[in-house]
Amino acid sequence: MIKVLRALQQQERNKMTTTTFSGNLFKRFFNKFRISPVYIFLIVIFISGGILDQIFADGQILTNEAIFINIIVRSVALGIVAVGQTLVLIGASIDLSVVYVISLTSSVSSYIMQGDPANVPLAILVVFGIGALIGLVNGLIITKLHVNSFITTLGTSLIIKGIINSTFSNYVGGVPKSFEYFGYAMVGSIPVSIFVFVIIVVAGWFLLTRTKFGAHLYGVGGNAEVARLSGLRTDRILIGAHILCSMTAVLTGLFLVSRMQSGSPWVGPDGLYDLESIATTVVGGTAIAGGKGGVWGTLAGVLIFGVLDTVFNQLGVNPYLKTVLRGAIIILAVASYTYRSKKEAA
Amino acid sequence: MTISTNTGQVGISKALHIVWGGIKKIPAVYFVFFAIFITLGFLSPSYQSMPGIMNFLRRTSPLAILAIGEMMVLASGGFDLSIGSIVTMVVLGSSLLLNNDPSMASTAIGVMLGLSLIIGLVNGLVVSYFKIPSFIATLGMMLLVKGGALYWVGGAPRGYLTDNWRSFGRGYFENVPLVGRFPYALLILIVIAILAYFIFHRSNFGKQVLAIGDNVRASQLSGVRVRVIRVMAFVISSLLAVIGGIMIGGFGGVNVTIGEGLEMQTIAACVIGGVLMLGGKGSVPNVIFGAFTMEAVFNLLNLLGLPKPYKDAVQGLIIISAVAYVSLSSRKKR
Repeated sequence: MIKVLRALQQQERNKMTTTTFSGNLFKRFFNKFRISPVYIFLIVIFISGGILDQIFADGQILTNEAIFINIIVRSVALGIVAVGQTLVLIGASIDLSVVYVISLTSSVSSYIMQGDPANVPLAILVVFGIGALIGLVNGLIITKLHVNSFITTLGTSLIIKGIINSTFSNYVGGVPKSFEYFGYAMVGSIPVSIFVFVIIVVAGWFLLTRTKFGAHLYGVGGNAEVARLSGLRTDRILIGAHILCSMTAVLTGLFLVSRMQSGSPWVGPDGLYDLESIATTVVGGTAIAGGKGGVWGTLAGVLIFGVLDTVFNQLGVNPYLKTVLRGAIIILAVASYTYRSKKEAA
Repeated sequence: MTISTNTGQVGISKALHIVWGGIKKIPAVYFVFFAIFITLGFLSPSYQSMPGIMNFLRRTSPLAILAIGEMMVLASGGFDLSIGSIVTMVVLGSSLLLNNDPSMASTAIGVMLGLSLIIGLVNGLVVSYFKIPSFIATLGMMLLVKGGALYWVGGAPRGYLTDNWRSFGRGYFENVPLVGRFPYALLILIVIAILAYFIFHRSNFGKQVLAIGDNVRASQLSGVRVRVIRVMAFVISSLLAVIGGIMIGGFGGVNVTIGEGLEMQTIAACVIGGVLMLGGKGSVPNVIFGAFTMEAVFNLLNLLGLPKPYKDAVQGLIIISAVAYVSLSSRKKR
C-alpha cells in the first residue's frame, strides 16, 4: 500500500518537474530533498531587498548579522504554525482557526503561569490539551458531519473568539523569567527558538516523507475517495492532521507569549497567522487542492515573508501601507502558483 | 347520509393535506424568524409597537442588503470576505471627502461606488483569471482595502459625516399612514430587494450564477461565460457593500472598526436563509429573512443578558450547525 502510494508520489514528482535533460544536477538535487524551486525566489528577494536597503536606508540587512538572525526569529512564530498548516493543506483541508488558538494559548498559558515557574508545566499541559481538543473538534466536524473545512474552522474560530473576548479583555497574567528562555535565550549567537523551529520543520519533513501517516495523508489529499477505497481510514488521518496543526498553533502561541512576557488576546488576529500561514504554504508549492507539497517549500515561503517584513521595516514603510502591501503580496504570491492551473477556482 | 359525511371528511383531509403541503414548502427561516420575533415581543414591549418594529427593520436593513450581495457570490460557489472592510472604507473615506460640506454628499457616494466597482472587478478578475480560491483573494483584498482606507485617513477617523449623508441610515418619512414613521433604510432595502429579485430569479444572469455554483464544468460546456458571470457577482457584492456601508455609517457614525466582522455576519445570514455553501442554491427573500433572523437572535440574546462577545460564538455555532444540517440531510436523501 505504502509502496504504491510512494510510487505514485514519485511519478507525480517526476511529472511536476519535467526535466529538460536528465543530467540536470541542480534539479535532481532539488527533487531528491523535495525542495521546491521557491528557494531561488527567496534568494532573489533577499538580494534585491538588501540592495534596496543599501540604496534607500542604512544597508544593515546585508552587513549586520543581528538583523539577519532577526529575520529568522521573526519567522519562527509564523513558521511553526505554517508547518501545521502544510499538513492540513496536503490533506486537502484548511485551518483558519489557528489565529484564535494562538490567542487562546497566549492568554490561558500566561493566566495559569502568573509569573510563577512552578506553574509552567501545568500551563503547557493545559494549552496543548486545549489545542488537541480544538483540532479534534475541527477534524470531527469536517469528517463526520461533512461540513466544508473552510466553514468549519471559520465557525470554530468565531466560537473561540467569542470565548476569548468574554473571558480576557486585556493583557493577562505573566510568564516567569525561566519561560522567557524559549523566546530570548541564545546558544552562542543563535537563538534557542531557531533550534525549536528547525526541529519542527525536520519533524514535519520526517512525518510527511518517512512515516505511514505522511504517505497516507498525501493519498487522502490527492484523492480521498480512492484512498478510502484502497482501505485507508481517511477520517482518522485527516483528524490527525488537524490535531497536529492545532498543536503547532499552540507552540506558536507559547513562543509569542514567552517573547511578549504576558498573554494577549489579540496576538493571533494581529499577526494574521491564518492568512499568512496559508499564503506561505501555497507559495512554498503546496497545492490548496491537496496531495502535493512539503515543509521545505513552506520554510522558504516563511522566510520570504520574513525578509519582506524586515525590508519594509528597514525602509520605514508606513504601517498602514504595509498592510496594503501585505495583502497585495499575498494575492500575487498565491496567484503566481495558481494562474497556470487549468481548473476554475471558486 | 353516511356516504356524504365520508366524502366531506375526505374533502377536508385532502384540503388539509394541500394546506400542509403548502406550509411544508415555506422555508424554515420564516417560521424561525416569526417564532423568535414573537418571543422578543413577549420579552420587551417595544417590539410590539409599530415604531419598535420599524426601528428593528431600520437596524437590520443594511445587513440584509450586504447579505443579498454576499448571496450572489456564495451562490456562484465563492466567498466575498472583503465587504466588511469596504464598509470601513466607505465610512472613513466619506468622512474625509465630505469635509463637513453637505453638498459633497453625492460626490462622496459616487467616489465610493467607483472605488468599490474597482474592488469588485479586481476580486472577480483575480479569482477567475488567476484562479486563486476566492476566500484567499478576498481575504487579501480585505487587508488591502482596510490598510488602504486607514492609510488614506492617516490611521484615525477624521471629520464628520454630514446629516444629509447620514439620513440614508437614520432618516424617516414622517406621518406615513398605518406605520407612522417609515425609515428610508427600509425603502432602500425594498427597492434593492425587488431589483435583486428580478436579477437573480427572473433573468439569465441569476440562472447562470446558480449553474456555475452547481457545476462549473457543465455550465462552461453549455456556453455560460463563467468568468464574466463570476466577475459580475463580485461587482454586485461590492456595490451593495457600499450601499450597506452608507446606511451603517448613517446610524453608526465614524469608527475605525465599524465594518469588522460584517463579512461573517452576512455569511451566517445567508446560511440561515438557505444559501448552499460552495454554490448552487440561493433566494433573495429567504436571505433577507435570514438577516432579520440573525438580528432577532442577537436582540434576543441581548434581552436574555448574554454578554456581547458571545455574539461571535453564537454566529460560529449557527454557521456550523446550519451547514452540518444541510449536508447531513442531503446525504440521507442520496
